[in-house]
Amino acid sequence: MTEQNTLTLNGRPVAINGEKNLLEVIRKANIDLPTFCYHSELSIYGACRLCIVEIEGMGIQTSCSIAPAAGMKVRTHTDRLRKMRRIYLELLLANHHQKCTTCVKNSMCKLQDLAARLGVDQVRFKMGENTKPIDNTNPSLVRDPNKCILCGDCVRACSEIQGIGAIDFVNRGAGTTVVPAFGKPLNQVDCVYCGLCASVCPTGAITPKPQIETVWQAIGDSQKTVVAQIAPAVRVALGEMFGLESGQVSTGKIVAALKMLGFDKVYDTSYAADLTVLEETTEFLTRKQQGKKLPQFTSCCPAWVKFAEQYLPDYLPNLSSCRSPQQMFGALAKRTLPEHLKIEAENLFVVSIMPCTAKKFEAARPEFRTGPHPDVDAVLTTQELGQMIRQAGIRFNDLTPESLDMPMGFKTGAGVIFGTTGGVTEAVLRYAAEVLTHVKNETAEFVEVRGMEGVREKTITLGQVTLKIAIVHGLKNARDLVEALRSGRANYDFVEVMACPAGCISGAGQPVMYDPRGRALRAEGLYNADRTLQLHAPQDNPYLQRCYQETLGSIGSKLAHELLHTHYQHRKRFDDAGFSVTDNGTDEKLPVSVCVGTSCYVRGSQKLLEQILSFVKENGLDDSVDVRATFCFEQCDRGPTVRIGRMVLNKCTFEQVRFELQKQTALV
Amino acid sequence: MLTKTLNLESVQHEFDAKIARIKRRVVICAGTGCVANGSLKVYQALAEAIAEKQLDVVLELNEEKDADVYVSKSGCQGFCQAGPLVSIEPEGFLLCKVRPEDVQEVVETALIGGQPVERLLYKHPVEGHAIAKRNEIPFYQRQNRYVLGDCGILNPEDIEEYIARGGYSAARKAFVEMTPEAVCEEIRVAGLRGRGGGGFPTGLKWQLTLAQAAEKKYVICNGDEGDPGAFMDRSLMEGNPHRVIEGMMIAARAIGADEGYVYVRAEYPLAVQRVRKAVADAEQAGLLGENLFGSGLAFTLHVMEGAGAFVCGEETAMIASIEGQRGMPRPKPPFPAQSGLWGKPTVINNVETLATVPLIIRDGSSRYRTLGTEDSPGTKTFALTGHVANTGLIEVPFGTTLREIIFDIGGGITDKYGNPDPNGFKAVQIGGPSGGCLTDEYLDLPLDFGSVKKIGAMIGSGGLVVMNQDTCIVQVARFFMQFTQNESCGKCVPCREGTKQMLALLDDIIEGRADDTTLRLLEDLAEAVQLGSLCGLGKTAPNPVLSTLRYFRDECEAHILQKRCPTGQCKALARPEIVASLCKGCTACVRKCPVGAISGERRQPHHLNANLCIRCGACAQVCKFNAIVGV
Repeated sequence: MTEQNTLTLNGRPVAINGEKNLLEVIRKANIDLPTFCYHSELSIYGACRLCIVEIEGMGIQTSCSIAPAAGMKVRTHTDRLRKMRRIYLELLLANHHQKCTTCVKNSMCKLQDLAARLGVDQVRFKMGENTKPIDNTNPSLVRDPNKCILCGDCVRACSEIQGIGAIDFVNRGAGTTVVPAFGKPLNQVDCVYCGLCASVCPTGAITPKPQIETVWQAIGDSQKTVVAQIAPAVRVALGEMFGLESGQVSTGKIVAALKMLGFDKVYDTSYAADLTVLEETTEFLTRKQQGKKLPQFTSCCPAWVKFAEQYLPDYLPNLSSCRSPQQMFGALAKRTLPEHLKIEAENLFVVSIMPCTAKKFEAARPEFRTGPHPDVDAVLTTQELGQMIRQAGIRFNDLTPESLDMPMGFKTGAGVIFGTTGGVTEAVLRYAAEVLTHVKNETAEFVEVRGMEGVREKTITLGQVTLKIAIVHGLKNARDLVEALRSGRANYDFVEVMACPAGCISGAGQPVMYDPRGRALRAEGLYNADRTLQLHAPQDNPYLQRCYQETLGSIGSKLAHELLHTHYQHRKRFDDAGFSVTDNGTDEKLPVSVCVGTSCYVRGSQKLLEQILSFVKENGLDDSVDVRATFCFEQCDRGPTVRIGRMVLNKCTFEQVRFELQKQTALV
Repeated sequence: MLTKTLNLESVQHEFDAKIARIKRRVVICAGTGCVANGSLKVYQALAEAIAEKQLDVVLELNEEKDADVYVSKSGCQGFCQAGPLVSIEPEGFLLCKVRPEDVQEVVETALIGGQPVERLLYKHPVEGHAIAKRNEIPFYQRQNRYVLGDCGILNPEDIEEYIARGGYSAARKAFVEMTPEAVCEEIRVAGLRGRGGGGFPTGLKWQLTLAQAAEKKYVICNGDEGDPGAFMDRSLMEGNPHRVIEGMMIAARAIGADEGYVYVRAEYPLAVQRVRKAVADAEQAGLLGENLFGSGLAFTLHVMEGAGAFVCGEETAMIASIEGQRGMPRPKPPFPAQSGLWGKPTVINNVETLATVPLIIRDGSSRYRTLGTEDSPGTKTFALTGHVANTGLIEVPFGTTLREIIFDIGGGITDKYGNPDPNGFKAVQIGGPSGGCLTDEYLDLPLDFGSVKKIGAMIGSGGLVVMNQDTCIVQVARFFMQFTQNESCGKCVPCREGTKQMLALLDDIIEGRADDTTLRLLEDLAEAVQLGSLCGLGKTAPNPVLSTLRYFRDECEAHILQKRCPTGQCKALARPEIVASLCKGCTACVRKCPVGAISGERRQPHHLNANLCIRCGACAQVCKFNAIVGV
């Protein structure tokens, strides 16, 4: 330790080792300064003011926003600082809906924790009203603005990591609040349900939407046979809720717990992941050999799929047509298990245990149902399973591990490492290697694709074929990568995309983990699980081989396509009914929507709207035409855009509108 | 219109030749205040009336033609209270509150007769005599209108007149004769301090930005003036927009920037319009754009309208706003000088600061330093308002005392009916929502950045609200707290939640819910907000409350401990009583009381039932015998 790189922290010397900010130095020195708005992966925000320190000559500063400098004299808990921190917490609590006992984040809430830690024993300020409406309309997430402390973590995570910005601040002063665009509920905006907002939220303002009661009811229904599939990432994280180390594999205990809860059979999503690898790799190698569209993007992350449907319609043909393992499992289970278990098909109830909130949305997609029932009837997050285990009073740590049920409980290591970034790629390579080299290597590992960097590029040669591969996590990285593809700055054969940083192991359904350093432990757990299994390459899975023989036929067969593949379509970013600018319409009125979004506005849509309105008025069409101002048809380059009835007019002129209106109103 | 091959001197000669052909000039104030009072109608009526009288009138100067009268508009002449203002040159008459129906008389008496219109002259508030000449009116007499000087005289929409008065010669000097270092040094030596509130040395700010090695740098003019009642920057932008542009050019030269933004709040439509026109005229004349004054250097200027948030006057929030983000401040460092607009080194200066710059370059720093104090050289404009006889926009050298401003320029205190009240002074709020209130003990304090800060207030952007004895000081503090709470961007906890709770505590005091813990809590909270807020808005938000607690503690405690508002302004604390010895039993109050709380026999003292009383005060208003007290 030299003078040049040392600062004084509470009178003791502390080394500076390239830390970005003073807060990191202080935390390395084993002082856990409290914060709400500091995240090592997000931009510096400086809003919660809890990490304040006193620096000689600089006064009170937030340590998150100050670069450490040699010779700084820093104090972290002077009287003044402690008093200020307590007041800030009191202020937050006064504006917080303090129904802690009935909050899903009870005992996991940072606000609760810090209030206790800093000794806040009373709130001397006037309590807020907290009557803002709760947004509960989508299958994945619940937003309760009354619990929001406006730290902005969700806002920054959504825009900086996912590149979406589905939520942002509106209003000023005490009226400030975080809302989706136009104040709409999440299901009407471009949220992809990744839940990153929920996983960074320090309170219960955004939480995964629970389906626990649905599952309890199915279990209680004597008619139903309830089966579970456990996603790979669940087994290395659930234990955290019961005091186990991150990354400790507890598959056997999970099986035992599920059986005790009343599940009839417990299977493994990794079985379906093995299946995904076979289908997806075959699709990929076919594309490669036939010179079809490349790169092929993975399609197992439902948040990424929705993202691509919204923002990258031109790249939808590049997405693998494979369903995700969850949905492959669901379709196959509904097809094969009734016979196997000797039950009526409609009595089979498939529950998946997922690390993910977007999986709830995926299971509800209309294309993933056979007949009236969805292929996956309910999706529980890892957290929810932990809740159910607690509700039932099961002592998780003391359980004797039990085995998964066959056939769908058997998997190879390839299907297990799916849960971390690079895992899908490695699994694909394990199968592709055998196909391309015609050499069987049962223990082949591709450690070069592992890692935690947000974008990783690898070139891998298998036999005669060289594959250019990219692995990204975080949807902003994915978007940047597609931009690079579009501009010709990059080209790849295969791209793995996971929305969540580090992949499914840090999904929003996982047990709350505020420190991103825990992710590496979970990933390590998955690689350990891979190592302890007998088989590591998906093509070696004997139960899958039998499934192909008995049910599916060959890889890529017609039935395989029907059950295991899907299609994508361009999805609007906003649901927008617009607002009526003539008298409120009845059903018989001809709807006329004029886009007044920015792009159409600058192309003259406002004037067009005025012309249409006066035309309607002059011709006495008020009763037969409902003119609406609306936002964004997403055809901004061809504006102004006007929709009359079902007809969409681009680069619209008033003459066109008049012609159409005359034509169509004669018919109304 | 001026062309690209511009020679400042020839423009000046041509203009002088034109103005020499004019016998008399009528300048109608077209600042926002006078426009609101109808000055444009006066302008119209005057032009017509002059034409009717067969006088030669021009609305635009013309070198071909002699004329009797040139009618022109000006920016704010400062004495807004007396508007619409009409000045007549060369006599220097100032006519006040001129209506369209007055113009006939103005034409006949002043323009034809060369006499002041007695009826429209300013009357001394105490002595009552009329004063004809603008320079002899105490309001103007005691000022030193150094920066505001040309405002209110020149036609703000005429670039030629600006050039004729020496405009753009300072910019030329900076570009042609001076190095960037020399420009920075001149401003540093002049001791110019930022007029936006903080008082940071401008020259130092420029030097820091100049020192940054970057290809691209920006200059931003902060015209997002938002303090309640303050309009110094608006007047400059409306009245002398070219001066502001010239100041920006010099700043650009000093730091090596080639692009700039004028950020004007959208609530100043006239300022936006005048600045836009001025930029367009300057571009046309080749004063903005490429190769300025043959130096090979470029400077382009954009005008941007704010979106109505007070906080956008904070420099990092302003940068976010220009970039198209939500206007929220970010932590400093890095300072804009290091990483500002689009991540590039950026200088942000207030309008008044920039308008001062050309004068310093033109006159030299030593001449500038003859004005003001050692700590704060130069002059400062203030928006003088409240309970004073003369309100309006004033400019005085730093070091002027409050007494001179309030009693000499402002004409003294007025009571609630607007009549002079020599002993009515209670306090003056300086610096708007970021400042504090000062008592009579500071009336003789020479005002400058340092002296005011020492006593817990700040010069701020220059709001001066004078309060008479009838003002409840707690309500004043509440007013400013409400303002900052509404305008807090909502980002950091102390400002967003702290100002809300301070407001709630002030409400408790005003509405009688406070107890002996309230003041302590208010002080603790104020300190936490002051020390810990992210930006200047939050850091200064508690100032009005803290200065109130410091200088008017007794009045606050009366509200809390005795549940009594000494000025009788807080209705919830009113306890009306009927003084039996004064009550004549006229029953006027009985009839007026909306809730039937007063009863009594005719000609007998009445009785007020406190349980029924809603403290509306209607009884006290009708009582002719002052028998009802405590309202």
